[in-house]
Amino acid sequence: MDLQAILSGIDVPADWVGLRYVKEDTGFRLVRDGKPEENTRESKQGIMVEVLVDGQFAYYGTSRLDAAGIQAAAGQAVVLAKAAAKYSLHSFEADARPLARGSYRSAYKKATEAFSPGEISELLIKSTAELKVSDKVVTTNAMARIVESESHFVSSNGSDFDQQYLMVSADYSAVAQDGSVTQKRTDGGLLAKSYQAGMEVFDEQDVLARCRIIGAEAVELLSAEDCPTGTMDLVLAPDQMMLQIHESVGHALEIDRILGDERNYAGWSFVRPADFGKLQYGSKLMNITFDPTIGNQFASYAFDDGGLKAEKEFLIKDGLLLRGLGGRESQIRSGLDGVANFRASSWNRAPIDRMANLNLEAGESSYDEIIGAVERGVFMTSNRSWSIDDYRNKFQFGCEYGKLIENGKLTRTVKNPNYRAISNPFWRSLKMLGNQDTFEVYGTPFCGKGEPNQAIRVGHASPLCLFDKVELFGGA
Amino acid sequence: MEKLFKQISQTLLAELNDLEHLALSFGGEKSAFARINAARIRQIGNVDEADLGFNFIFDGKRSTSTISLSADLDEDLNRARRELNRLRDETKQLPDDPYLVIPDSTETSINKTHGELPADDELPHKLLPSMGDVDLTGIWSSGRVFRGSSNSAGGYHWFASDSFSLDYSLITPEEKMVKATYAGTHWDQADYEKFLADSIKKLELMHLPPKQIEPGNYRTYIASAGVADVLSMFSWGGVSEAAIRQSESSLGKMRNEGAKLSPHFTLAEDFRSGLAPRFNGNGEVAPEVTTLIDKGELVQTLVSSRTAKEYGIKTNFASGGEGLRAPVMGIGTLNESDVLKTLGTGVYLSNLHYLNWSDMIGGRITGMTRYACFWVEDGKIMAPIENMRFDDSIYNFLGENLEAVTDTALLNPEVGTYDGRELNVTICPGILLKSFALTL
Repeated sequence: MDLQAILSGIDVPADWVGLRYVKEDTGFRLVRDGKPEENTRESKQGIMVEVLVDGQFAYYGTSRLDAAGIQAAAGQAVVLAKAAAKYSLHSFEADARPLARGSYRSAYKKATEAFSPGEISELLIKSTAELKVSDKVVTTNAMARIVESESHFVSSNGSDFDQQYLMVSADYSAVAQDGSVTQKRTDGGLLAKSYQAGMEVFDEQDVLARCRIIGAEAVELLSAEDCPTGTMDLVLAPDQMMLQIHESVGHALEIDRILGDERNYAGWSFVRPADFGKLQYGSKLMNITFDPTIGNQFASYAFDDGGLKAEKEFLIKDGLLLRGLGGRESQIRSGLDGVANFRASSWNRAPIDRMANLNLEAGESSYDEIIGAVERGVFMTSNRSWSIDDYRNKFQFGCEYGKLIENGKLTRTVKNPNYRAISNPFWRSLKMLGNQDTFEVYGTPFCGKGEPNQAIRVGHASPLCLFDKVELFGGA
Repeated sequence: MEKLFKQISQTLLAELNDLEHLALSFGGEKSAFARINAARIRQIGNVDEADLGFNFIFDGKRSTSTISLSADLDEDLNRARRELNRLRDETKQLPDDPYLVIPDSTETSINKTHGELPADDELPHKLLPSMGDVDLTGIWSSGRVFRGSSNSAGGYHWFASDSFSLDYSLITPEEKMVKATYAGTHWDQADYEKFLADSIKKLELMHLPPKQIEPGNYRTYIASAGVADVLSMFSWGGVSEAAIRQSESSLGKMRNEGAKLSPHFTLAEDFRSGLAPRFNGNGEVAPEVTTLIDKGELVQTLVSSRTAKEYGIKTNFASGGEGLRAPVMGIGTLNESDVLKTLGTGVYLSNLHYLNWSDMIGGRITGMTRYACFWVEDGKIMAPIENMRFDDSIYNFLGENLEAVTDTALLNPEVGTYDGRELNVTICPGILLKSFALTL
């Protein structure tokens, strides 16, 4: 499709016009107990037409891709913008959509053609067989999600950039049961292994070895005691830190939330504009970066959907809050420093402030030093439950698998490990931070936000972390 | 849209080869959205989209897909034929699916309802002036939603309806909030302005100094909107037969250990409101009413035809995911006007937020209180409460601690739009609890 030609043919009374074409194919395969459960593909394409009239942006997302359809969409968007301009929350100018030119291609080693649908199914079937390490494993699942996505953005102020991605998510899980006790293990949390990558993710030996561990740990949990209740040290694995960073840092720092856009849905934030540069968000060990430039991380890109160039930025340095997660529109509205995170889930949604890759930088402590520093505590891994309030303060998270730490050593396995706390005090209690050897990269396809709703991909990376005096508890 | 779907269906189904089976589904919308913050327009736009779903079966193998449609018949027929051929190629490579269900429904239905919606370019003027100075944040959604189904056995269904909703929060300078949803099919400006004014009046209570309550167990009333949130959890590791069979359901204890909820609790899949289509993606038509939990006892679950085949049981034509599409909770005898008096001293919760299973198998849910939630003493509202986290088992708060259910069920429209505008409505009363665990 010649997007530039279509743009040239659009004749509407607007101060700015932008076209964003998106085509995305999502293949999903799920095998349960050795038998195919899902073999499905979603192929979506459409175009988002945005106009700026009298200081008000308006959009028209359409799956019609012919020039006449796109012209009609632009005309209707102009009508909407004019009608809304009298009631605008903020009057924008065209500088809200900076000039951007370039392209991005996600990195991968093996293209999708390296595996046929039959070969992927075969691997997933083998995986469920490996997961069933004993008769106590009653349900096994293996899933693969492969996304090929492309977008092309052109605008009346000269922007022209395209971005292409190959993304793979996979998960393997075992449900074990013994009498009334049921436990489940996954591969680090549901689809937590989500990357910009290719078919190299499906290395058979590696996958099957992981499946054997997952199955064994599900069975191991059946005879484990419940996580103890009490206030004690908490060591979180990077796969749980993903969720911890996402919920209690990422969403709280979204500038559109801070400005109140989300108050009817996802909520507000305990962070206020005056907090930037002043709020000690966490301990001195805490360094949070927005980094959409990491090669294989799930939400890397060159430009956000408003055309802002993506660059690494420190949001929190030495525990001090410096910068928010806000794209150009939020930066203009708030006067705050932000990042290139104005993103839409697809062609049928307008961009809003989203996380991309939001990471906790590694520290100095080794794995052994962290475990060795704990007199009594619990190590938790792999998220299974999450809930936090609308200000991003009071959270309660649960994990699949825990280990007691006693006198500096991992001892007995515990099931149903949960913890609850309040964001700022929790992050200020970060007392040891793992080094690069403990640093792991994860992601999720399912970050929900926005009205109308949007689910988007985000990436998170973290080292092992030790938190001081956290309220822990077990199951029902 | 109906013509487009019908023509694609007729063409594709006529082009199937021997031993090929196909079910097609259609989903689409022509929607207007206006995002409002501080009673001003933050974002405004239209979305016009249509998707065609395929469930293709050949020689004991199955593959499914969805493609975008452009609303141009020739272009869409080309896309649909390409997709059918791709499915033919792929399906051959897949392993046999022992639980596939060949679509055999020959039923047909057409359900088209027309509403009266504000013109898109009149929206801001109709919505915003009557908000006055109040801090209102929310989302307007309106337009026509389409659903269709056809299959190679001859079944055909079409559903189209107009609707609108303004889902909003009113916010005081002290950051206390009231939630409301004005929804319908026929716009009435005067009725909207009255509804809005009434909800703004409710905000007055939120100006009282807030009370910070300590974690503990409290007598609690949860209003209908909050109950709807609780019921939504039954669609995720709840009433699904497959989830119970695969040991991933909170109701496994009811099936396997004889656990019961309160005799005051009855839950059904009930399509009698006509607000959601009864046909599923395979064109199968669910019974008008399926009682799932009757006076605290699990009597049925939602069973898709696939699950039915796998476990050798009878289907009730649930959707593939076996979630609730038309949840209705039975009413009780507590008069709405007696709620505060009967609560006595405790907490009154209008809404809940961000629910999740903290122990699915144990039936324990955690979440937050949100919006108009109050401390009540001797039947009188004393103060809004600071939001609290709860963490309690359905076997407690919908079990022995469920003291009473109100005598009025309210409609709670699903305003979610992740996969397009939803059609579901949860119809439920409020619940009075002897005890509810607030934890943080």
